[in-house]
Amino acid sequence: MAKRNIVLTENLRELGLLIFMVVIAVAIQLRNPAFLRLSNLNSLLTNTAILGILAVGMMLVLVTRGIDLSIGSTIAFSGMVTALTVAGNPGLPPIAAIALGTLVGMAVGMVIGVLVARFDVLPIIATLGMMNVVRGLTYVVSGGRWVSSYQMSNSFKGIATGRTLGINNLIVIAIAVYLVAAWFINHTRTGRQIYAVGSNPEAAGISGIPRRRLIFLVYSIMGGLAGLAGVLWVAKFASAQGDTAVAYELQVIAACILGGVSITGGVGRLTGLLLGTIMFGILANALPLINVSPFWQMAIQGVVVLAAVLTNVMVRRNSERNALRRRAI
Amino acid sequence: MSDRQQIQISIDRPWNWKDFFFQWEWMLVAILLLVIIGNSMISPWFLTWNTFIRTPATFLDKAFIVFPMMFVIILGKIDISVGSTVALSAVIMAVSYNLGLPMPLAMLLCLLVGTLGGAFNGFLLVRFKELSFVIVTLSSMIIYRGIAYIILGNQASGGLPQWYSFLGWGEIAGIPFILICFVLAATAFGILLHRTTFGRAVFGMGHNPRTCRHSGVNTDRVIWVVFTLNGLMAAVTALFLTSRMGSTRPNVAMGYELEVIAMVALGGVSTNGGIGRIGGPVLAVFIVGFLSYGMGLANLQAPIVLVVIGALLILSVLAHRIRFVGKKKRNTAA
Repeated sequence: MAKRNIVLTENLRELGLLIFMVVIAVAIQLRNPAFLRLSNLNSLLTNTAILGILAVGMMLVLVTRGIDLSIGSTIAFSGMVTALTVAGNPGLPPIAAIALGTLVGMAVGMVIGVLVARFDVLPIIATLGMMNVVRGLTYVVSGGRWVSSYQMSNSFKGIATGRTLGINNLIVIAIAVYLVAAWFINHTRTGRQIYAVGSNPEAAGISGIPRRRLIFLVYSIMGGLAGLAGVLWVAKFASAQGDTAVAYELQVIAACILGGVSITGGVGRLTGLLLGTIMFGILANALPLINVSPFWQMAIQGVVVLAAVLTNVMVRRNSERNALRRRAI
Repeated sequence: MSDRQQIQISIDRPWNWKDFFFQWEWMLVAILLLVIIGNSMISPWFLTWNTFIRTPATFLDKAFIVFPMMFVIILGKIDISVGSTVALSAVIMAVSYNLGLPMPLAMLLCLLVGTLGGAFNGFLLVRFKELSFVIVTLSSMIIYRGIAYIILGNQASGGLPQWYSFLGWGEIAGIPFILICFVLAATAFGILLHRTTFGRAVFGMGHNPRTCRHSGVNTDRVIWVVFTLNGLMAAVTALFLTSRMGSTRPNVAMGYELEVIAMVALGGVSTNGGIGRIGGPVLAVFIVGFLSYGMGLANLQAPIVLVVIGALLILSVLAHRIRFVGKKKRNTAA
């Protein structure tokens, strides 16, 4: 009964988000008819793909009651390392570049994983520290210089501009990540154990679930996805800079929260996450279309996040009260 | 949990010379001396009285947030919105002055904005207990800086009156004004933390909020007051920072939260809550400050300073954990 109740609430929440999305889309369409054109929708999805990839990793981290503030720096670092390598070896096949970036990101994630899982450092502290360390390393590695478009081979830039089956590669990669994540989260033992750790760490530990190992795994996955995103980012914008993706982690966390991932752990679904990410993509894409100054964007995103979190709390309180009332009868 | 109890026991033990010398603060004093010696080897002028007494003025602006942040961390929470609060209150002060508000009133407005910013965090935490401090301060971090960007766009606002620069640059009897303010603030917050019932309540809540509540502590009010103080001191930082720089932009004080939290953690305040003494963070302020000053003297680029401060935060938290684990083992063995 209670279980069905929770699922129902989640479905309602996602339906609400969907309706909200449709309302916003219609409102924007009325202001600017270019919004729902196929080309714009395509660019919207292309721009949201990287956010979506990162959101999957962040969801896993949030589900274990953690948080990762370092991913903006990891994106920059892996992107910079890959770009420098590509600039040095123009013959490098794109798939090797992607693998390199992912490994670099995963290494950063593993350091955080060791700090959090082995030494019990608070995730917010460990990742805040790593955020600066990795950002600094990015500048050190590049010597403060940029890697620009002309230094990159066309095949590398093709990672982000090319198409597979008529769909932009970024979207294809994002869909692949989501499919793998759906399988991992719902159909593997490890995936289910991650949720168990998040909803009740002590019970999970007592039932023999390797809590620390899972937490380490989660941060490594997050790092790997951030590394992948770094390669895609650099390929997409055809430039690697020291200040790439500064504060991007905030947007990723915001998209997760909007998608119904609870920051207190144990709760988060891929369907909700997808909606939250696309919602965020719409906000980022549509605000310039309806002539909102880019300086408003940050505050609007912050308010949307806060509103989403507060609504979550209200809805949950309400459903709990209803459950209590039903028991009283 | 159990390491906290062990620490509590060791605090309550009668004075003996072993406990007195095996304190984290001595370690900090040693590190500080090392940093000072290192600096004086880089620059022969560093150890002259004039340089030495004036150097702190270059880094003390953010030190004002260290005290309330210490309270926040002793409560077992963290506030990452302070950098944005500094930016918002500084921007509002400069803009309102340029719109014709007299400077003293603009400064008051700055303090008011900071206080409101902190109080808003406190309000959310008290009113919506389901929310963790991470999400509350994360969203206010985005919103506050977002508002600063709305107000000022990508521009700077300056042209502040001449006398205002006294805050950041002025000296009284050869001692920087900001250093005097820092000492006063340290004393005030030290008394508040260690000599008042409010301070005891903060420590108690770091150990066990529920017990505190049942013992008659108004826990909601403590959280509210602590976060409001954090906002107020962020505004004080904004006053000094703006005075020092002469103008302000929406992107000032980026990353201040990290430096402040690093100072508090280095000062021996446990990020698990409930443990800390005012002397540690005060020493840590000077360690981090002199260290980054020295790295500037040695012509190291800013990114390396970033790496060092980030690593310092992680290492000091790690050192803290290892220290506790060591103590626990010793106590259980005895």
